[in-house]
Amino acid sequence: MTRIALRSLRKEYNGQVAVPNLDLDISNGEFFTLLGPSGCGKTTLLRMIAGFNSIEAGTISFDDIVINDRSPAARNIGMVFQSYALFPQMTAAKNVAFGLQTRNVDKAETTRRVTAALESVHMAHLKDRLPGEMSGGQQQRVALARALVIRPAMLLMDEPLSNLDAKLRVEMRDTIREAQREAGITTVYVTHDQEEAMAVSDRIAVMNLGVVQQVGSPAQIYRNPANRFVAEFIGKTNLIERELHHRNGATMLDLGDGVSVDVTSTIPSTITGRVQVSVRPEAVSAASEGLSAEVVAETFLGSHSQIRAQLSTGETVEFLEFSRRAALWERGEKVSLQLKTDMLTYFDAESGVSIMHGAQR
Amino acid sequence: MKASGGRYDGWTSVALALTGGYLLLVIWPLIMVLINSFAGGGEFSLAGFEKFFSSRLYYGTLINSVLVTVCVTVLALVVAFPLAYFMTMFRIQGNRTVQMLILASMMSPPFIGAYSWILLLGNNGMITKLIESVIGVKPPSIYGFAGIVLVLTLQLVPLIFTYLMGAWRTIDVALLEAAESMGITGWRRAVQVISPLLWPTVLAGSLLVFVRAFADFGTPMLIGQGFRTVPVLIYSSFVGEVSVDKSFAAAVSVIVIAVTLGVFLVQKYLVSRQNFSMTALRPIEPSRLPGWRGVAVHLYIYGFLTLALAPLIVVVVSSFRNTLYGQFVDGYSFENYLDSHRDILRYVGNTFGIGITALVILVIVAVLVAYLTVRRKGMLSGTLDTMTMVPYVVPGLVIGIALVTAFSQAPLILTGTFTIMVIALTIRRLPYSVRSTTALMYQLNPSIEEAAISLGASKFRTLVRIIVPALAPGILSGAILSWVTIITELSTTLFLYNTSTQTLSLGIYAEVIRGQLGTAAALSTMLLALTMLSLILLMRLPGGQRELRV
Ligand SMILES: Nc1ncnc2c1ncn2[C@@H]1O[C@H](COP(=O)(O)OP(=O)(O)O)[C@@H](O)[C@H]1O
Ligand SMILES: [Mg+2]
Repeated sequence: MTRIALRSLRKEYNGQVAVPNLDLDISNGEFFTLLGPSGCGKTTLLRMIAGFNSIEAGTISFDDIVINDRSPAARNIGMVFQSYALFPQMTAAKNVAFGLQTRNVDKAETTRRVTAALESVHMAHLKDRLPGEMSGGQQQRVALARALVIRPAMLLMDEPLSNLDAKLRVEMRDTIREAQREAGITTVYVTHDQEEAMAVSDRIAVMNLGVVQQVGSPAQIYRNPANRFVAEFIGKTNLIERELHHRNGATMLDLGDGVSVDVTSTIPSTITGRVQVSVRPEAVSAASEGLSAEVVAETFLGSHSQIRAQLSTGETVEFLEFSRRAALWERGEKVSLQLKTDMLTYFDAESGVSIMHGAQR
Repeated sequence: MKASGGRYDGWTSVALALTGGYLLLVIWPLIMVLINSFAGGGEFSLAGFEKFFSSRLYYGTLINSVLVTVCVTVLALVVAFPLAYFMTMFRIQGNRTVQMLILASMMSPPFIGAYSWILLLGNNGMITKLIESVIGVKPPSIYGFAGIVLVLTLQLVPLIFTYLMGAWRTIDVALLEAAESMGITGWRRAVQVISPLLWPTVLAGSLLVFVRAFADFGTPMLIGQGFRTVPVLIYSSFVGEVSVDKSFAAAVSVIVIAVTLGVFLVQKYLVSRQNFSMTALRPIEPSRLPGWRGVAVHLYIYGFLTLALAPLIVVVVSSFRNTLYGQFVDGYSFENYLDSHRDILRYVGNTFGIGITALVILVIVAVLVAYLTVRRKGMLSGTLDTMTMVPYVVPGLVIGIALVTAFSQAPLILTGTFTIMVIALTIRRLPYSVRSTTALMYQLNPSIEEAAISLGASKFRTLVRIIVPALAPGILSGAILSWVTIITELSTTLFLYNTSTQTLSLGIYAEVIRGQLGTAAALSTMLLALTMLSLILLMRLPGGQRELRV
């Protein structure tokens, strides 16, 4: 179990900057996820922690000891790869035993630990199979056992579920979470799938273009995104642009059609001008009065529907409705939309940075 | 990898050691040849080149070589294309056996082919005599241009055939069906749709045929008689049948290398302009071809097979014929084997001793170079990779000359030793081994290596415990192929052996030259048997058949 501290970290590939300057702290036993779109530098960062990538500037410390120059083999890490990376000529049991053999663990102990590790990922019955004779999910379970059996200081996983089909992915992520909790091991997990990140993580760092946009628990990131990028990347949202008005010491936001919100307590009074409002689909509902809009399309999804409507300003708003009506919405049908004002978040129209009290960064 | 940024570690030392060894054993000897070519009598002169271009006797050999090579390359393509087409598109009786036998004929030593065509169609050949006794006239001579082209074409068709078969496997049926839906079928489809897709393969295969035919020494030496090619000229001016002129031999060698290099670069350029890759989701399924067309296709395939295998059968049969003063006479017995069993044992012993030593070194060096070029990209490994390709464009005979030149004076006197034979054979085969091992290495997911390292294994342990075992099936298949080419190699070692290091193929050559046809046939039979056993072993390995490329 280890604390990881990254300070002013910089990574370049042949002069091309991939990570300009990055700071992060990962606590003991935490399940920490690097989340972001493809190409944002998640793998780069993970491989820097593992020691497979060079570091152009800054430091990486494990428990306050700088390990920049330590070789990957000496960092005592457990790694799980997207491509499983099982040794093709070795059975499941031999794969798991490999790390123990390099550590000169004695035979009886090795057998005992290999069996226990394979059991913990429900793979003991296939211990004599070669990787080529196992499904992707099974291979990834063995890979997880192989990484955990050496009792590493930390577990590093790069998109371990990306090659699996949707159902297996859900099953496997529970296995990973379970195994991680049981071992109480500090884990850095890389994914581009925000739902997966929300499901497994204690904390998430949302990244874009090599820069950390926000670090927080899944709920914090969803409810209080640090900027427009995070709001749009995590879950769905509707962005509309409106003007702030200061009247009699109160800050009001006019949403249109006579609806206005008092944001005095959420937005500092020093902020003026245009702001962007992030409206989550679940903050919108059809009602008898509110913002007037016209239905553009309804996508029926069984338990609920996804409805797209156009406001009188021309902006499009998407929201969800549990299926209960006999008839579906018609295109062009008039609807009034009510917003749950306590679920709205606000960003500077120019920079896209959150302007709410207590916003990060 | 961390150290790929240019940090010094154990792998850098390995790269440096390999580079050093290569500079000493390959580059320096070749530079000696280059220096010799410009240094007649100790000072700079172009005398060697002037001599070459001054007399038709000399430059004529270059014309001959080019003529032979172009004819062989074109003929080999023309024969091999329908062969590969039929084998892919149609169900052929005994398909697997046919493929196996075609490969066997490719792997048999070329000079055995030449020698046995002499047995068949030479002045005293079986067919010659038969025709003479039936119609009373001697058939046209096998010696000279026609004989060389016949032997080399039969030898090299299988090479292009293997390349084409590999390429066919990457063509998806959907492509053929698409063409068919547009009304393009049969031969038009083969020529308009498929040929362009096979073009890069054809280029690669043709280059190999060109290089082989151009550099071949045994065939024109045995069957060429008055028709001399460049390698024969190099040989005779180096050993001095008329007069020894080493600087002339060196000059001719340089000319040969220049031509080969030129062709190599042109081919590289053509391939680089045509860069596409294919993988077939659904490869072509052969269909049954009924009626006279089916018969014709079978006739074509079995006809070729007969021609290709005839020399091998002739050699085996001849080895059991009685001989008198080296010439064949009536009656059959084991006397060819028994009479020279001492020599035979010596040849076989040397073949195994030298061959296996060379093979082990070859595999180790190839794995190291492949690892360095794939995983440790950088200046040093790039240089190393390019250097290992050098012998590809240098004919075996010239490698032999280079080694003799460099290592027959103090402080490094190696000619005639076991060591120099091993070095020569290793160098000769290295470009092929490095390339096939590199291809294997590229297929191995880099994460596998990183997984091992993350589990605490050192880089060396990772190589030995993980990478090599993971690639073992491919490395083993490649090694068997290398083994076959090592035991059948002739020209590289021709200047380097003495009686204590003479191998089977050198023995055959010596016996043929000495006119001991019976002993030569017996030795050839043994070499063929060794080759066949190796190939059968290869076929039995998992995935071995895929490796059958040279
Ligand atoms: N080995 C490499 N050489 C050069 N550029 C690289 C290399 N690996 C990654 N990059 C670049 O660095 C950036 C981040 O890549 P990566 O860390 O793989 O992103 P992610 O894992 O988030 O998809 C990308 O722009 C990518 O093109
Ligand atoms: Mg990635």
